[in-house]
Amino acid sequence: MFQNANLITLLDGIPHAVVVVDTNLDVSRMNHLAEALTGRSNGEASGIHADYILRSSLHPFNSYFEPVFGEKQTVVHEGNILDRNRKIVPIRFTISRIESHKGRQLGAMVVLEDLTLAPYLQESLARPDTFDGIVSLNPRMQDVGEQISVFAATDASVLIEGETGTGKGYVAEKIHQASKRSSYPFIKVNCGALPEQLLESELFGHVRGAFPGADHNKPGMFRLADRGTIFFTEVGDLPVTLQIKLLTVLDDGEFFAIGSTRKVAMTARIIAATSMDLKGMVREGLFREDLYYRLNVLRLDIPPLRERSEDVPLLVDYFLSSFSPGELTPRIDRSTMDILKEFTYPGNVRELRNILEHAITLSHGDTIKTEHLPEYLLHGSEAERYASIWRSSGDAHGRNAAEGSRNKDMKWDDVEKEMIIEALRKSRGKRSEAAKMLGWARSTLYRKLKYHEL
Amino acid sequence: MKVMIAVSGVDVAPRFDLTVEAIIVQVENGELTHEPRELVLSEPSGDELCGLAVSESVELVICGGIDEVHYDYLAWKKIRIIDGVIGPYVRALDLLREDNLSANTILPGGE
Repeated sequence: MFQNANLITLLDGIPHAVVVVDTNLDVSRMNHLAEALTGRSNGEASGIHADYILRSSLHPFNSYFEPVFGEKQTVVHEGNILDRNRKIVPIRFTISRIESHKGRQLGAMVVLEDLTLAPYLQESLARPDTFDGIVSLNPRMQDVGEQISVFAATDASVLIEGETGTGKGYVAEKIHQASKRSSYPFIKVNCGALPEQLLESELFGHVRGAFPGADHNKPGMFRLADRGTIFFTEVGDLPVTLQIKLLTVLDDGEFFAIGSTRKVAMTARIIAATSMDLKGMVREGLFREDLYYRLNVLRLDIPPLRERSEDVPLLVDYFLSSFSPGELTPRIDRSTMDILKEFTYPGNVRELRNILEHAITLSHGDTIKTEHLPEYLLHGSEAERYASIWRSSGDAHGRNAAEGSRNKDMKWDDVEKEMIIEALRKSRGKRSEAAKMLGWARSTLYRKLKYHEL
Repeated sequence: MKVMIAVSGVDVAPRFDLTVEAIIVQVENGELTHEPRELVLSEPSGDELCGLAVSESVELVICGGIDEVHYDYLAWKKIRIIDGVIGPYVRALDLLREDNLSANTILPGGE
């Protein structure tokens, strides 16, 4: 129905996700932003009923098109859709009829306006110099808050360094949200989570027939992040061959999908983050120096929680109230707070959050006492725990803390695998507990277990 | 293995949290061992479906889209999830029996 190249260009120029459907409400065409939002390419979505691609809250979906087709009206509704990251995204749907120059009904155009940023924008207009969610009294963290607004105003690459759990991803997203790219996608790529070949296809995309099993064209992350931001988390895990390819993309400003001879312009901004000592990796020849300097145009260093212990009570209050929205915030007794203040949090803010989630579950809404804290905070040597979990980790600070016992010949994969086995042994096989010990989200541990075939 | 499929008519439901119907089947060595059971909720509820999956000792949930809260809950309960499936649930079941069903599969013949 809509094969005209001009129409495709036009759709891609609209700063919202757009889906064009035929009169049966089957998808005819989506723009790049709709592909990014739904996680489905045009090739996959074409001919499928739009409700199965958009996964919207408008129900029954067909009924919303009746005034569009019947009375030739443009209708606007608010609802939500489920995006490619399993997040429910509030959306304003604008549905307009499309007809031929002879007045024949061809289908409809659905414009999906992401309302996620609306409350944020209103808030930032009211408080232009604050960044909601950065809870800190620490001057270094306040600097981070200020740097976010400065870095958001430019398009230069940003390198965010900090231990695991310090909130590097959160800061990257804040930079994106505060930038002029905020209405375009923020695409997160975990460089350590996928095998090299799969990662290359995920990043650059592929064309049909590029390799066995490539039965349709697939847009890569660079294409999905069109005019938005692409965030490389754990960039130190990026294989050397892909480091070269990433550098080429950054230098040339364009790339090829696997198997394609057509150049695609790279319009996304790059933000990278690492918990590893990237400069040290450059010295050891594990990370390309030219790529390091290309990424390190602007740099943010997020301090670990143990170096801003004044923030612990603030963060405790913040998490306790966020865990009980609309309810009475649970209280915490003084001796429990003292333990929390003195702990050194190798897993940083994420670990504190996990500890409080654990405690709030056990306390059943009553005052949180020491017996509600995880066992490892109360018994055994914290130093021993710290050393055992981080002895061999790639985390720069943790590595320094246990430098003496680190086997320098070990590869990062082996180190990580050993760290997971150690955590599982200590938690007696309880994965959720092991994830807390490692300072990871449970999903991260599951992914790593699969990756290491454990 | 006990399997729950969130359905909408003859298709896998597009969204788990907005689903009112589910089918529970028992699959052993690629064969259905019992008649499929149909469950109908009084209103759409992802929470209720999760509760049913746990109380019915389901080991695998097949669905279209599922939000991260319900996904994480099921994963925490050690229930495997194959999500992003589009198409008739009978075809999804056929692929499962052949051990060929994976996340984000689009099956031919949907309504």
